[in-house]
Amino acid sequence: MSTFASSRETTEGTIYSVTGGDWDQVASEIGSAKEERVVVNMGPQHPSTHGVLRLMLELEGETIIELRCGIGYLHTGIEKNTEFRTWTQGVTFVTRMDYLSPLFNESAYCLGVEKLLGITSDVPERASVIRVLMMELNRISSHMVALGTGALELGAITPMFFAFREREKVLDVFEKVSGLRMNMAYIRPGGVAQDLPEGTVAGIRELIKDLRKSFRDNAKLLIGNSIWIKRTKGIGYLDLAGCITLGVTGPVLRSTGMPWDLRKTQPYCGYENYDFDVITSDTCDVYGRFLIRMQELEQSLRIIEQCCDKLEKLEGAPVMVADKKIAWPAQLSLGGDGLGNSLDHIRQIMGTSMEALIHHFKIVTEGFRVPAGQVYSPVESPRGELGAHLVSDGGTRPYRVHFRAPSFSNLQSTSAMCEGSLIADVVAAVASIDPVMGDVDR
Amino acid sequence: MSEQKGSFGIQGSGDTSGYGGLVRSNFSPTSAQRPYGSYFDEVADELERAFPEFSDAIEKVVVDRGELTLHIKRQRLFDVAKTLRDSEALRFEVCLGLSGVHYPQDSDRELHAVYELLSMTHNRRIRLEVSAPDSDPHLPSLVEVWAGTNWHEREAYDMFGIIFDGHPALTRILMPDDWPGYPQRKDYPLGGISVEYVGATIPSPDSRRSYQ
Repeated sequence: MSTFASSRETTEGTIYSVTGGDWDQVASEIGSAKEERVVVNMGPQHPSTHGVLRLMLELEGETIIELRCGIGYLHTGIEKNTEFRTWTQGVTFVTRMDYLSPLFNESAYCLGVEKLLGITSDVPERASVIRVLMMELNRISSHMVALGTGALELGAITPMFFAFREREKVLDVFEKVSGLRMNMAYIRPGGVAQDLPEGTVAGIRELIKDLRKSFRDNAKLLIGNSIWIKRTKGIGYLDLAGCITLGVTGPVLRSTGMPWDLRKTQPYCGYENYDFDVITSDTCDVYGRFLIRMQELEQSLRIIEQCCDKLEKLEGAPVMVADKKIAWPAQLSLGGDGLGNSLDHIRQIMGTSMEALIHHFKIVTEGFRVPAGQVYSPVESPRGELGAHLVSDGGTRPYRVHFRAPSFSNLQSTSAMCEGSLIADVVAAVASIDPVMGDVDR
Repeated sequence: MSEQKGSFGIQGSGDTSGYGGLVRSNFSPTSAQRPYGSYFDEVADELERAFPEFSDAIEKVVVDRGELTLHIKRQRLFDVAKTLRDSEALRFEVCLGLSGVHYPQDSDRELHAVYELLSMTHNRRIRLEVSAPDSDPHLPSLVEVWAGTNWHEREAYDMFGIIFDGHPALTRILMPDDWPGYPQRKDYPLGGISVEYVGATIPSPDSRRSYQ
């Protein structure tokens, strides 16, 4: 062997490490070896692994014999960090886990904190409707990335441009409402950080019309594309039994024909009051999973429309629990230089009321105490069941925060989907799971 | 859980607030009495019927905030899990994963593993809680019952050092392979450095004075 593929003897036989160089020469030398089994390392820095995911592939020719995932490259210790902050500050950490669907992280966490506090039924209706509205908008932006990058990884570039254009419009709404496009820490224990700014609902109604048309165009780009269909149909097969034993949820589970969607089966945030369908497919493959995501976009739009109707009726209603010992005291407001502290609030605490200042200082620095105990609060994120396991020891900081991340559980199924298939299909299968590495590694 | 004194996390001196004498006692949920309410009685009845050594396997039953937690002895965990999965009337066919919790003050039961189970057939959820002493951090692996617990057990091993006997490949999953220690344990420091900002020094989050 040449310098391109140095070899060493092991108990398993000769191991060649390919480090680059002239690929033709390397391939011809490996081809002359007696055994045809090759171990290929894919990632963690690879354009088609959907993030910093490392895949270790054992190949015979182009067929995958064994696949293993290497994860942890994005581990940031978010769970540990939350133990050193107040319950409210925890939101700013968890929102950064699954960075494509931050509002779901916040919702699962805040629903859990509210359950621990025993104030689930005290959360105002307007706050719940705003949460649903924001979550469904977020589902759209997340699914657009799944579809866009999924197509991109299979070599189709145009759908990605279209998808990201639509996503940007949704992110504009987030920016208008919360001040941030991502990681907004907008949903807080007890409600939401602030009410919708004026004109938001009207703007969203316009956006719905716009999105509905673009979704149709975007779907045509993929469904009408014979290459895309050939790359996805019958690929990454995983049936119901496989999904159940591996704990796979979300679009991958629904692609086996199982209509399991927590918004329907175990509603939270008042989802039982909305009219929408659970989309399934019975193909168990990549094609079915992408089709489900495309159709879920339309269902999300339906829910958003109903949110708009409800919000118009609930104009002026509170968006935070009435209990001042829990509710965040300050509201933000939009100034000439962007979203910032509300001047009215500052005037009140600095100029008129000493008690309001003390209260503000106490709740911001001390936080609130949460009665001891543990809860698990699940929500249906775009990727499946996202659950927050929260333990409190009765203090102002969480004792333990653990997230049951859907990407983490679903990524386990990569081996089951890919072993025995061709190496090119790995890319399609991973894209159909739509793992977000921030969610996997936390 | 730990007994806490005072309100500001400062011991010895520096607390002139008058809260220094505050003592909050250990938290330990009490065992619930029948009827448990909701579908919990049905689950308990069925488990007793399908698993004859139930009374021997169970440490306590906790019903809190509308959720059922079964505290199981670790020696019996595997059998209980298999029964919960297979019994017609229980059918907890999905294990959503497990979460480790470290209670350094809970002597001989320092390491807890908390399993969230879901029955799609009956649309029910329950939770199993198992504990192991720090000196013998072994729990049976449930990979044979629910294959999906594979990575979750590796994560609990990685973060808490719980060893799952019978796991096919118990290695670190999130931290590097040669990492020393178990980061999510309470005695493992968060780390962090103090930051100087406009002349003042702001201590790192784990050394910062805080309310408890």
